[in-house]
Amino acid sequence: MRRIWRVASIPLLSIVLAFIVAAVVIVVSSVFTSTGLDVFLPIGAYGSLLAGAFGSGTGISNTLVAAAPLILGGLAVGLGFKAGLFNIGVAGQFLVGAFAAAVVGARLADTSGIVGVPIAMIAGALGGAAFGFIPGFLKARTGAHEVVTTIMLNNAAVLLLTWAVNDLVRAPGFSFPRTGEIGNSALPILLGRNVHLGIPLAVIAVFAVRWLLDRTTTGFEIRTAGQNPNAARYAGMRPVVITTLTMTLSGLLAGIAGAIQMLGVIGFYAPGITASVGFDSIAVALLGRSDPIGILFAALLFGAFRAGAPLMQIETSVPIEIIDIIQALVILFLAADLIVRRVFRVRTPKPVISELATVTQTWAGGTPPGGTT
Amino acid sequence: MAFVPADRHRFGLVLTYPLDDNLALTRYAEPPFAGGLARLVRNFRAITENAVRLVKEFDVRTPSVKASAGTLSGGNQQKVVVAREFRHDLKLLILDQPTRGLDVGSIEFIHKQVVARRDDGVAILLVSAELDEVLDLSDRILVMFRGRVVGTFPADQAQREKVGLLMATGGARA
Repeated sequence: MRRIWRVASIPLLSIVLAFIVAAVVIVVSSVFTSTGLDVFLPIGAYGSLLAGAFGSGTGISNTLVAAAPLILGGLAVGLGFKAGLFNIGVAGQFLVGAFAAAVVGARLADTSGIVGVPIAMIAGALGGAAFGFIPGFLKARTGAHEVVTTIMLNNAAVLLLTWAVNDLVRAPGFSFPRTGEIGNSALPILLGRNVHLGIPLAVIAVFAVRWLLDRTTTGFEIRTAGQNPNAARYAGMRPVVITTLTMTLSGLLAGIAGAIQMLGVIGFYAPGITASVGFDSIAVALLGRSDPIGILFAALLFGAFRAGAPLMQIETSVPIEIIDIIQALVILFLAADLIVRRVFRVRTPKPVISELATVTQTWAGGTPPGGTT
Repeated sequence: MAFVPADRHRFGLVLTYPLDDNLALTRYAEPPFAGGLARLVRNFRAITENAVRLVKEFDVRTPSVKASAGTLSGGNQQKVVVAREFRHDLKLLILDQPTRGLDVGSIEFIHKQVVARRDDGVAILLVSAELDEVLDLSDRILVMFRGRVVGTFPADQAQREKVGLLMATGGARA
């Protein structure tokens, strides 16, 4: 219990503090509405947020559906952090995975789901993996920083896929460019209206990544490369292989996130499809401290935000965008944990948050870990 | 072959890892520390047993083998590196400044271990800037200055002053 508190205290208190500060924002913004100043508005808003996310069967389903891609995306970013790599390219890898799953799924729309679903899922995973391999290989071979290459590849993915949908795989009979119906390749619905197979799959991925990191030599290599790249090289590990492999696996997870979103929720790929999952995943990985279980809970929280926000807006007129403010504040307080420690007088010893170090230091400070030889 | 690097923080240890991981760091992918398909699965039992044995054998002062290496004193950290690399079945052992920055007790302990390995028949290459260490331990001494060997002595003919002067000047005036 104390061990859990030691790693989870700062994230949990950051969430509390974010809610408090966001409450101030809500109160202040209420001044400019027709009802005028309402000091108790945050309580009502948070109440309906909670009710919208967990208050009903539909709410819980929506939370799970929103959380599933965030779990996988968070694992993708978190795995990178473990190796000292900052994969901002989850958005692009997500889109490539979604596109690959959509195209293959549409091809197999008329075959049995038992065949179509796994093949479309694998296509999505491989698409993401291939798109993660590129920055990994570039980093390992040439030292090109993954932050730069993945950001650029995000744009490359959007434009490339827009072209592909327009000119290569546009389905006939629709007024706008999009891929065909996925038919039988849609993920089976397990429960209610929208709880699809991707949700248990995401939970399985949590334990698979945990097993990989904790129990295997490959995971040990990834963690060692992140903790002390010099020691990793001294111990005979190959940074080139580890960097490439980590980015590929990270892309694989992001690709699966895209695939389950495509086959379980959206159903077709069209330009302009939202890739906000890619960026929320970074926040999820930071909040979950790169730990697979932590990421699971962080993704559920962010999923609950997404699922509960519409009811909050309907019942209290507090706009959905307040969720973005809360999420941003959570990350802000995580990064500035000194504020959290002051406010709550936390006395636990300060652990080194290596993922934040990856975000801030590897970028600014000279030698990237596990990079150039 | 085994190698004790000069900088234990930079190379020799992962300070955030527990001692048992550190004590298997350079052989993490070899049996018995890894098994299964392609030696993918780590064997924690072997890793812990190895750590418990080495901690006892090398008298590493630590509350537990699960304590992270960063919590140990410099001398005990160096003992961890030495314990890991000083195996009996070695052919060649390379030591780079193995006692830099350590207390007298730890230095003496490590010196004893070096000699014990020599007696086991291990070839040892010791790199050191400590004149006393070099003179105490070596059977043969090579003095290097600016990347070149400037003198070779069998241990019984090495005079303190001569070796010291060569180390400092490279023999330009000696």
